[in-house]
Amino acid sequence: MSANGQRIMIKGTRDGLILKLDDQCSFDRLLRDLQDKLSMNGVTEDEPMIRVIIQVGKRYLTEEQKEELSAVVREKQKLVVDKIESDVLTKKEALDWKENTEITPVARTVRSGQVVEVKGDLLLVGDVNPGGQVNATGNIFVMGRLKGIAHAGCEGDTAAVIAAAYMQPSQLRIADQLSRSPDYESEGVYMECGFIDKDFQKIRIDRLQEVVKKRPNLVSFERRMING
Amino acid sequence: MGEAIVITSGKGGVGKTTTTANLGTALALQDKKVCLVDTDIGLRNLDVVMGLENRIIYDIVDVVKGRCKTKQALITDKRFECLHVLPAAQTSDKSEVTPEGIKAIVEELKQDYDYVVIDCPAGIEQGYKNAVAGADKAIVVTTPEKSSVRDADRIIGLLEQEELEAPKLVINRIRNHMMKNGDMMDVDEIVNVLSIDLLGIVIDDEAVIKASNSGEPVAMKPNSKASLAYRNIARRILGETVPLLSLEEDKGVLAKVKRFFGMRT
Repeated sequence: MSANGQRIMIKGTRDGLILKLDDQCSFDRLLRDLQDKLSMNGVTEDEPMIRVIIQVGKRYLTEEQKEELSAVVREKQKLVVDKIESDVLTKKEALDWKENTEITPVARTVRSGQVVEVKGDLLLVGDVNPGGQVNATGNIFVMGRLKGIAHAGCEGDTAAVIAAAYMQPSQLRIADQLSRSPDYESEGVYMECGFIDKDFQKIRIDRLQEVVKKRPNLVSFERRMING
Repeated sequence: MGEAIVITSGKGGVGKTTTTANLGTALALQDKKVCLVDTDIGLRNLDVVMGLENRIIYDIVDVVKGRCKTKQALITDKRFECLHVLPAAQTSDKSEVTPEGIKAIVEELKQDYDYVVIDCPAGIEQGYKNAVAGADKAIVVTTPEKSSVRDADRIIGLLEQEELEAPKLVINRIRNHMMKNGDMMDVDEIVNVLSIDLLGIVIDDEAVIKASNSGEPVAMKPNSKASLAYRNIARRILGETVPLLSLEEDKGVLAKVKRFFGMRT
């Protein structure tokens, strides 16, 4: 058991348990040890569920391995896996992450029939004319007139927003939500921002300043880390 | 070495051919050597508007296919020695010519003329690609209608991909009273959306229709507003600074007297 003690460290915190797993031994070994270790602790029935954070150090886990690991922990009725933290990423994940957190400036007029697509946030210095379209996996900021279609969070990020100096879009799309301009002739609005209102699950447009309050970490790194 | 200007619009019926004919005439009035090239193969109109239909022997397809020399296909205008027209073919299809073929002809013409004005067909397919191939500059014609502005926007986007100077805009068929009422897009709004330089505005004038039906470009008739507009556009192309025409209809006694004496108001 002394060897096991080195491979698996259990730490209790206010929020639950932290399982620190050794990152040098084989994965099978780790699973077996974990089973042993967890089966030792008898937990009484009426205790509340305990959240577990698994730290795997410099070990890279595939999705299946993560699932296996969670399954072992979950066998104990009172344990739930909150998250699995690893210190390492694959190169692809890292690149994706970088792409999706970058802000790409584009300086041109997006004219009818043209499509601009970027990973991460888009900063467009120019107009989107009717019939033009801009897509981004993150936020879209238009420093001109937005009269065409804008699709923010086009890979599913519902926290993404679309801001424009002048907003008169034919369509706004955020993640899987869509809103279109009214059928009657309407004036555009200045310095406003479209976002998904959590209460209504619909796209709303509000003053830029209000949206910043609703999305306090609009441009901060944490939001990007979670979404990335 | 002259320069080649393509007149294009995307949408049909906004006045590309009329603009080509009148621009050519107005440039010829300024003593420039001008050649008009009709690339709307299968639907040729330029020769009709210029009143030269009965003189066509060879056409642009004959030149591309090598059935005749470029000079043989050129028709001299009835009014100006320095104005020539290279007509399109009526019996062939747009696919008969290639962008390279047109480019070679335009390059050849540029040696002899100050301006080569190319009339582009509607659409963004082969015909458009042919017309744009040899051009150095482009003029985009639009009318104050949403659909034609939309198409102009599309065309400007496509022109930006070519190695051309930034295109210039001509707004055709302006009706002053409708613009004032807000029933039509106004000039500022159109320029705002398209964000390119405005070369000129042309009022919707009955004289234009009359003139093109009689095979005499309206630019020849000095007392119509449209004629003046085309002449101003030509002067702007030559590098002069000419203010935009006022859209207001002149009223009052003085204007009437001036008109009586044949003076421009």
